[in-house]
Amino acid sequence: MLTESKKEYSWHPPHLIKSKNKRLLIYIMIAAYLIFTFISLRIDPERVLLGLSRSQKYFGDFFRPDFISRWDSILDGILESLTMTYIATVFGVIISIPFAFGAAENISPKPIYYLSRAVIVISRSFQEVVIAIFFVVVIGFGPMAGVLTLSFSSIGFLAKLLAEEIEDIDWTQVEAVKATGASWPQLMIYSVFPQIIPRFIGLAVYRLDINFRASAVIGVVGAGGIGTTLNAAFDRYEFDSASAILIVMIAIVLLGELFSSFIRKKLK
Amino acid sequence: MPTKDYNWQLKGSLRIVKELLFWAAGIWLFIYCWNIISARTMWPFVYDGAEQAAKLVGRMFPPNWPYFIELLRPIWDTITIATLGTMAAIIFSLFVAFLAAENTSPHPILRQLALLIIVTSRSVSSLIWAIILVIILGPGVLAGIIAISFRSIGFVSKLLYESIEEIDKNQVEAVEATGASKFSTLIYSVVPQVFPSFVGTAVYRWDINIRESTVVGLVGAGGIGLQLNEAILGLKWPDAIIIFMMILSLVLFSELFSAKIRKTLI
Repeated sequence: MLTESKKEYSWHPPHLIKSKNKRLLIYIMIAAYLIFTFISLRIDPERVLLGLSRSQKYFGDFFRPDFISRWDSILDGILESLTMTYIATVFGVIISIPFAFGAAENISPKPIYYLSRAVIVISRSFQEVVIAIFFVVVIGFGPMAGVLTLSFSSIGFLAKLLAEEIEDIDWTQVEAVKATGASWPQLMIYSVFPQIIPRFIGLAVYRLDINFRASAVIGVVGAGGIGTTLNAAFDRYEFDSASAILIVMIAIVLLGELFSSFIRKKLK
Repeated sequence: MPTKDYNWQLKGSLRIVKELLFWAAGIWLFIYCWNIISARTMWPFVYDGAEQAAKLVGRMFPPNWPYFIELLRPIWDTITIATLGTMAAIIFSLFVAFLAAENTSPHPILRQLALLIIVTSRSVSSLIWAIILVIILGPGVLAGIIAISFRSIGFVSKLLYESIEEIDKNQVEAVEATGASKFSTLIYSVVPQVFPSFVGTAVYRWDINIRESTVVGLVGAGGIGLQLNEAILGLKWPDAIIIFMMILSLVLFSELFSAKIRKTLI
């Protein structure tokens, strides 16, 4: 039997949050937060307008990058950044392995697990620049402070992601190797390592990329690298040189990206 | 019948040679780089480092607890910078990602332009954007917000356009078959497919931005970095440790918050 419906149906995509009241409440909260923050911004429109008119000159300089007049110091800064990046990534990779195993819930005893997690949290919570300030105060200006900074922040990053990978491994393979009577180191080498190595190499290459970008900013607080050159260019209002440095950096990041996608394709 | 004695090896011999060469090259590069760094390092300062670090930590105690009250405002500014910066980045990323994805891009030239925006934004960190913007806009929260959003546009757009490229084509065709316009096709077939990963990316970026916005103040772009700079330049270590503790708790809070949101939404 057919029933006639008098109501006209129109379809709406389903809402993300089902309850109507809850949805309304969330919208109101977001709106209230936004209004409140905009009030708290304290933007000085006069200063912005003044800056915008002045910035035309700066932007002009930005579009006329000057590679030549500071080329030696640019090259030197880039070289320093690249060496810092490589050394720090190697250190980070080596030191992060024990922490990654320690922070993997499935193979690590509880006290070691908490200790490793604490190190990871501290390393990840502070931005590179904050860590760089600490190392510059402790061991003085120069690339060594940068190396220590980048190594320290690599540890947290690599160990956390690697630990997640170890937690996700296929446990049957571990049991199969265990059944042959393998010792603990053998167990790690023949059952855990092969499962995490492709991901680990991928992460290390990714971290290399991040470390290079970070090496450009920690120079601002004196930890060596291209950041020192860049900061000097900004301090002297040489925006044409600054723009050249940024372009060189972007080019290197691009090359790095091509390199890492090449490596990742090879791994697959 | 000759029986061969089989011995299982993890790797073939050619592969072992290749790997050895690879390792040798890596170690040579390491030594080469190390020499460069070493030549530029004042080693006496480094040997002294542990002692200096211990002294530094000693100078931080006892922490200046009442300073905590003065930090509430900068902490609020820091959160504002991260939140508004992320929001602005999200709005821009929608357009950039749509132009950059191979399957939705209206024109190859626009696609290259979008990819250029993405790579520029990703290569230059927010602190450098902040230096530039402080010169243009003057010190303050606004420079920080824009710096954070410039840096985030590349990140959010990149992940978004990659997920747009991976969508299920059948759904797009199904919607197109109903006679939907280009815009409706986008809204009803592309958006629902990328929405969950997009929200995940946005919340994750907000979490990173909280960390980044703690330092943009170092160059005058607002937030707690301003106080940190002041404390360090003024050698006010009992203040600095309070700032470090505030940053640590803020970051931990944001991490828990973003993990919770991602869990409920996805």
